[in-house]
Amino acid sequence: MSGGPGRLWALGRAELVLLLRNRAALFIAVVLPLPLLAVAGAAGADPADQARALTGLFALIMLGVVYYNLVTIFVARREELVLKRLRTGELTDAEILAGTAAPALLVGLIQMAVFVAGSAALMGLPVPVNLPLLLLGIAGGLTVFVLLAAASSAFTRTVELAQLTTLPVLALCVLGSGMIVPPDTLPGPVGDALRCLPMGPATELMRLGWAGGGSGTAALVPAGVLAAWAVAGGLAVRRWFRWEPRR
Amino acid sequence: MTAVIEVEELSRRYGEFVAVRDVSFTVERGELFALLGTNGAGKTSALELVEGLQRPSGGRVRVLGHDPYAGRKQVRPMLGMMLQTGGFPPDLTVVETVRMWAGTLSRPRPVAEALTLAGLDHRGSVRVRQLSGGERRRLDLAVAVAGRPQVLVLDEPTTGLDPQSRHDTWRLLRGLLHEGVTVLLSTHYLEEAGELADRLAIMHRGVIVATGSVAEVVAAYPARITFTLPAGVDGADLPVAATVTDGRAVVRTDALQPSLAALLDWAGRRGIELGGLDARAASLEEAFLEIAGERA
Repeated sequence: MSGGPGRLWALGRAELVLLLRNRAALFIAVVLPLPLLAVAGAAGADPADQARALTGLFALIMLGVVYYNLVTIFVARREELVLKRLRTGELTDAEILAGTAAPALLVGLIQMAVFVAGSAALMGLPVPVNLPLLLLGIAGGLTVFVLLAAASSAFTRTVELAQLTTLPVLALCVLGSGMIVPPDTLPGPVGDALRCLPMGPATELMRLGWAGGGSGTAALVPAGVLAAWAVAGGLAVRRWFRWEPRR
Repeated sequence: MTAVIEVEELSRRYGEFVAVRDVSFTVERGELFALLGTNGAGKTSALELVEGLQRPSGGRVRVLGHDPYAGRKQVRPMLGMMLQTGGFPPDLTVVETVRMWAGTLSRPRPVAEALTLAGLDHRGSVRVRQLSGGERRRLDLAVAVAGRPQVLVLDEPTTGLDPQSRHDTWRLLRGLLHEGVTVLLSTHYLEEAGELADRLAIMHRGVIVATGSVAEVVAAYPARITFTLPAGVDGADLPVAATVTDGRAVVRTDALQPSLAALLDWAGRRGIELGGLDARAASLEEAFLEIAGERA
């Protein structure tokens, strides 16, 4: 059996070259998020607030750099017939999706690292209470948003239309992230609903991992919700993802 | 001889429309089999079933003994393909494209070797978007052969190529056939099929209407003699049966030489000049036009 990360990275490296050559995508992915560091800087001295600000930035990265960016990339590669051609080769469908998504994920992770380093320097960030939980939130969130991007691309005919078709997910997830309105300040049912959207549980896991708090089992519910989103996203991709343009 | 590609009563439907209907053929190891047909005849649909890109609505395909759709994992490392249109990111260079592809293969050729085979070695640093149509086709070919495939399935591999590049492609394919590679290709260049194909099938409206070697397919069709009937001569006076339309006589015959001799002898004795005289043995083109025409 052939396989392994090598052949996935062959595709990922080509995508990275394409990202570096696409000025608009590069700007959105790399430059645009940097001013957000100021937001984190304004969080004050309370570790819980700092963790909330930083995990909120992570959520924005997942939405902008990973989700939005990948919807446009999946649509572009589909319309260029690149996905159809890749499917004639040895890569599995999952490898094609992962390889295509790899550079966006890489850029997202690098930005998270930059934000952590920057915040630590600016405001003496607390050490994460539960690092595995934090990483689980990041990995789970990234997985879900790659899958949602692939699913959204199925409903997006052109790269330009991505601005429109990504709005529902973007709007709901910005609300769900708790960055603008912390869910616990909302009336019970609304807060609960937001906690069920994909961004809510990812940020909650990251926040719990960073700042702690809640009981020992507080992470179970968001972890379960996030896993459910990953399954739903996977099923949506299987059902709706398009490998070639509509004729 | 062993059948590398076996296709039995294959069908593919899109809703009401039947793109491929009960198509059967086999391709032996080291053989080149050509699918001919008018546009929309179902060639691409049939090839996509052999490639395992689509699941047949009926019938059975085997490539090297495997179902190419269900056994994608087993078949793909042995299979190289060219789709009808490329599918490479416009902003990668030629070398970057082939390197990317080679990186996904289990037994890749060196990038330079693949480019040389396809005659693209001098264009390595050019972006795909700047390539001519013919060069894109050759990039596609470089990718198709990059994994040292045992089987090649090529959908119109030389469309858009200049005559020189077309001959280069033929030379490459002959070399691969010599090494035992099996090739299934579609083309609408009859000359290409005549030049390369050990056997061929002509498709029309989703069905194979003629199949065999070039000689076998052609044998079913008559030779033709055409000329302009001089003024004052009636078609009924001719020594061979002819149909006359707008003053142009067409003789269809299974015995070209005797028919032509009789006609020339007749004209010679009467001092008649047969304007625009043309006599040709049945060719693939005749057979093809006959099929496309009579069934249109």
